[in-house]
Amino acid sequence: MDVKNLKEYLHWLYYQYLLITGIYVLEPWEQSIFNTVLLTMVAMIIYTSYVFVPIHVRLALDWFALLVQGRVDHITHLSG
Amino acid sequence: MTVIGGFFFLGPAGHQFAHSWSKRESFEQAPMYVAVLTYLGFGIVTLFGYFRDFLRAVGLEKCHLAQERDEQKDFVPLYQDFENFYTRNLYMRVRDNWNRPICSLPGPEFDLMERVSDDYNWTFRLTGRTIHNVINMGSYNYLGFAENNEKFLQPVANATKEYGIGVCSTRQEMGNLDIHQELEELVASFLGAESAMTFGMGFATNSMNIPALVSRGCLILSDELNHTSLILGARLSGATIRVFKHNNMQSLEKLLKEAIMGGQPRTHRPWRKILIVVEGIYSMEGSIVRLPEIVALKKKYKAYLYLDEAHSIGAVGATGRGVTQLFGLDPSDVDVLMGTFTKSFGAAGGYIAGKKELVDYLRAHSHSAAYATAMSPPVARQIIRAMKCIMGLDGLTVGIQRVRQLAENTRYFRRRLQELGFIIYGSQDSPVVPLLLYMPGKVGAFSRAMLERKIGVVVVGFPATPITEARARFCVSSAHTRDMLDKVLCSLDELGDYLGLKFSRRKCTQFELDS
Repeated sequence: MDVKNLKEYLHWLYYQYLLITGIYVLEPWEQSIFNTVLLTMVAMIIYTSYVFVPIHVRLALDWFALLVQGRVDHITHLSG
Repeated sequence: MTVIGGFFFLGPAGHQFAHSWSKRESFEQAPMYVAVLTYLGFGIVTLFGYFRDFLRAVGLEKCHLAQERDEQKDFVPLYQDFENFYTRNLYMRVRDNWNRPICSLPGPEFDLMERVSDDYNWTFRLTGRTIHNVINMGSYNYLGFAENNEKFLQPVANATKEYGIGVCSTRQEMGNLDIHQELEELVASFLGAESAMTFGMGFATNSMNIPALVSRGCLILSDELNHTSLILGARLSGATIRVFKHNNMQSLEKLLKEAIMGGQPRTHRPWRKILIVVEGIYSMEGSIVRLPEIVALKKKYKAYLYLDEAHSIGAVGATGRGVTQLFGLDPSDVDVLMGTFTKSFGAAGGYIAGKKELVDYLRAHSHSAAYATAMSPPVARQIIRAMKCIMGLDGLTVGIQRVRQLAENTRYFRRRLQELGFIIYGSQDSPVVPLLLYMPGKVGAFSRAMLERKIGVVVVGFPATPITEARARFCVSSAHTRDMLDKVLCSLDELGDYLGLKFSRRKCTQFELDS
């Protein structure tokens, strides 16, 4: 029963996607073209974020750490 | 939203009226994401339109629409403008929702011929089946006179036998029959005007008589959302046209002041005539004109008023006399009362009513009277019997019952739609109910899904409405029973959830259920 409900729910979600983007009015081969292009773009975004986001986050954290370290050094230098 | 402070020409009762009237109208705006998604949908379909046009130009795809011949390819292009682009690439894709062939009379229920397309709406073929008893929510059948009742139609049949069908002449030559005189006297007494004149076609009544009333050197102040017939008549007359915002009295007053102070464009001479052209009910919005305020403005600035009651005559007012009765005004306050017989009387044609001098002038000078064929006698007899029915002159109470039934159906339908959570435009008394759909994909899906549930609706899209506000327009009729309306509302409820059409963010607590 749950599988059937899930299938219907997914079908309804796909129908909403067709209606909202306006793809509903297009012929099936045009819909396939649009879906292919959209999925390709989404796949590229996911791949790029998988490859680059951790490195960027790590570099940002390093820069902030350097900022804090630099301030600590400055304070000890002044007082010492 | 109205600003009450601007209405200094109204007394205290007028202020109260304006405030209470503005609460009866609603033009709720949808959330912002709806507009964004609508533009997105149009953008994507436009991109595909360019892609298909490219395929057609290259030759990979056959062009089904008209194209220029090879010898004409160097001339000014005929089919490159936006309208043709839109027709080829968007309208054709959803074309099966319009021009559906019907095969019975358009009463509260009708029969449709089933039609399928094998090549995505470029050509259609009829399968031979008929879809019976589809509920009709699209016909302008406000008082239910589109009926096949033998007793009521006997006079029409007698008139056909007596006069024939065609008049074969214009009103000014040999087409002025005694049935036309009878009809015109009846129309004048129905409206409370001194005199009236009828014409064979409603559109032509506007487009052929406005040029007879105004000409160069006159000013026409016309509402933003006026019907094409009024716009055409105004343009044909040669007068200067200025447009004021829809139902907006400050805009109209500003234009009137500027007109009177400035006069004609270069010479600054005073305008020969200033004519304010408005409609009773605007059929795309369902809004009712603010007549008392316009009459006050017209009296103050000494302008003339032309009121087109195509949709409101017979449909609003306690006894069906139109917007003048709805607001409790004297019909002689309006200089030119115009209306059509197509909507509430189940016939065809139009009328203009007013003072006797005006109508006598039109009898001599109207283009329609001089060149167009007079109204056909069976049609005139149908209007006479419908009007007598509404006025109660035939001795029965059928007419007044229908007017009351229409008012009740209108209130019920609008209230339930608001409760369900749809965005409805217009005033509470108007039997025209536009339900906003917004997105181009949902327009086609809505119409097809309603037809599957055996309900026929009219959906309207871009050229007739602003691009972001596509809508479905329901016309409530007095012939609809409570069951039919409930069936329609139930289907709308389901479809509203399935398609995602319930955009209203308003909780409806302010509508009293009056009897």
